[in-house]
Amino acid sequence: MFAIECASAYRGNSDVMTRPTDSASSDSAGRNEWPKPLKAETHELSFFYGHRQVLKRVSVPIAESNITALIGPSGCGKSTFLRCFNRMHDLYPGTRYEGAIVLHPDSRNVLGREVDPIEVRMRLAMVFQKPNPFPKSVYENVAYGLRVRGVRDRRVIDEKVEQALRSAALWEEVKDQLSALGTSLSGGQQQRLCIARALATDPELLLLDEPTSALDPIATGNIEELLQDLKRRVTILIVTHNMQQAARISDWTAFMYVGELVEFGPTKRLFTTPAKKQTEDYITGRFG
Amino acid sequence: MEIRETVSISHSSVMESASHRRARRRREFLIEGALLLAALVSVAATITILFVLVFESVGFFETVPLLDFLTDTLWTPLFDDPHYGILPLLAGTIVTSVVGLVVAIPVGTVSAVYLSEFASARLREIIKPVLEMLGAVPTVVYGYFALLVVTPALQWIWPELPGFNMLGPGVVIGIMILPLVISLSEDAMRAVPMMLREGSYAMGATRLQTAWRVVVPAATSGIVAAYVLGISRAVGETMVVAIAAGQNPNLTWNPMEPAATITAYIVQVALGDLPHGSIGYQSIFAAGLVLAVMTFAFNIVGHLMRKRFREVY
Ligand SMILES: Nc1ncnc2c1ncn2[C@@H]1O[C@H](COP(=O)(O)OP(=O)(O)OP(=O)(O)O)[C@@H](O)[C@H]1O
Ligand SMILES: [Mg+2]
Repeated sequence: MFAIECASAYRGNSDVMTRPTDSASSDSAGRNEWPKPLKAETHELSFFYGHRQVLKRVSVPIAESNITALIGPSGCGKSTFLRCFNRMHDLYPGTRYEGAIVLHPDSRNVLGREVDPIEVRMRLAMVFQKPNPFPKSVYENVAYGLRVRGVRDRRVIDEKVEQALRSAALWEEVKDQLSALGTSLSGGQQQRLCIARALATDPELLLLDEPTSALDPIATGNIEELLQDLKRRVTILIVTHNMQQAARISDWTAFMYVGELVEFGPTKRLFTTPAKKQTEDYITGRFG
Repeated sequence: MEIRETVSISHSSVMESASHRRARRRREFLIEGALLLAALVSVAATITILFVLVFESVGFFETVPLLDFLTDTLWTPLFDDPHYGILPLLAGTIVTSVVGLVVAIPVGTVSAVYLSEFASARLREIIKPVLEMLGAVPTVVYGYFALLVVTPALQWIWPELPGFNMLGPGVVIGIMILPLVISLSEDAMRAVPMMLREGSYAMGATRLQTAWRVVVPAATSGIVAAYVLGISRAVGETMVVAIAAGQNPNLTWNPMEPAATITAYIVQVALGDLPHGSIGYQSIFAAGLVLAVMTFAFNIVGHLMRKRFREVY
């Protein structure tokens, strides 16, 4: 069903993996504002669905212990970009990556030929647009990543599950119904359950694809608050089509438009004094 | 209901002449009536069958006390010293069905998982029609397959196995219901949203882990329904057991022995020329009623299971 036909054009060339040189410092991606230290960065990342190129040489840094937001109009490739990080596209035939996504501190190129996608997915975690709890108990949902990693010790799992549920601000609500079906929770609770599931394995980078778009304002507020607390422990990359949300919660913002990175910078600066006309038009609501 | 609603919407948006409207109403009335009639035919058929079963069984139970029927360990309605205990036939039915399920459930589930989660689209396109062809083979052929191929093969492993036994036909029943179990389970698994699989892969799960820990649990309701339909078919299967299990009612739970099942008895007796209204004639209806009750019970269980697992996604 999932014939894997992904090939990375990237050959592990070491100078491609290093930071761009100063000559690039004044370019559109705002590299004079390049954050430090980095948890990850993409380097000239291109992506193809069949012959259709959806991402065009996107280079974005992901600052450690920060929240980086990815904004842009619908269809510009935000989800596609995010799903490159954990090689989600490998599940579908006919997809192709070019360029590199480097995970720090070991400078591992996620897209390298020799890299097993499962190894990458063990290090990252993802929360999807629509809550997708498994048809299992609340407890087993959170324990899933640990079980997949072969953890057997009941005490370890108990502890991790509680810790993850607390981090996802869900513990108080579900501690008495850990054996209830995860799918029986409310939408907002389900999404927090998915966040707990993602946190239970201590990921280095948390990828969120419009995690609040299916939720009401109160549930959205809860999750935004939660992400603020989480960023001390885990680097966050979040896709959102809600600019207010990006402005509220993120430290860095990348604005994409039809597969290209238009502007990257500190959120405050990008929203107050955008360097590009397109960015300004977008954030002032003139299109998208 | 829904049809009427769409009609009234088009009604308000497009003007229509009165005569036109009347003609349309009449046409719709006729179509609705025809559909209702078609639905009623199947309901009527079911009710008639149940009625005949019960009606003829009543005659039977006037002669044979229900307690004897349920507890006597002999079934010899056509002998001079008749006994009417259903247990030997019931045991035969249960043993052959259980053997069939022991084959069909594991093999069917594993094959369905393979087809749904591992096989390439092209392989699936080859295998599915082949499976459907297997389902279209007449059961008589399966009967002789059990008698002439499977039993001899089993005798090669267990030389003491008699030529007529329940194991061979049981295995063949399993093979026979396999296409049904595979096809329905596979449909259920393929209906699991991709979103759930992605959630699992994103956690670092392998394909096998995703299949067993997420897809199968999510598809439980459909898989259970597949099993239940498989059970119903196994219990009702006639030709295979009539041909290859021997036709002697024999109260045993050992699949290595020959025995008759409810269905085998019915076909055996129905083929002979029994006088209408005789006790032997009526006995097949009593046996048939037991079969109907069993199948009915399975269907209810299946239905309840489905409901229980419905809220999964
Ligand atoms: N499986 C696919 N095959 C071919 N093209 C695709 C596929 N998935 C997405 N696309 C195309 O890729 C482009 C980017 O899609 P993507 O889902 O990444 O956009 P997005 O920025 O996340 O949009 P949204 O805000 O609506 O979620 C779109 O033009 C879309 O039509
Ligand atoms: Mg998207």
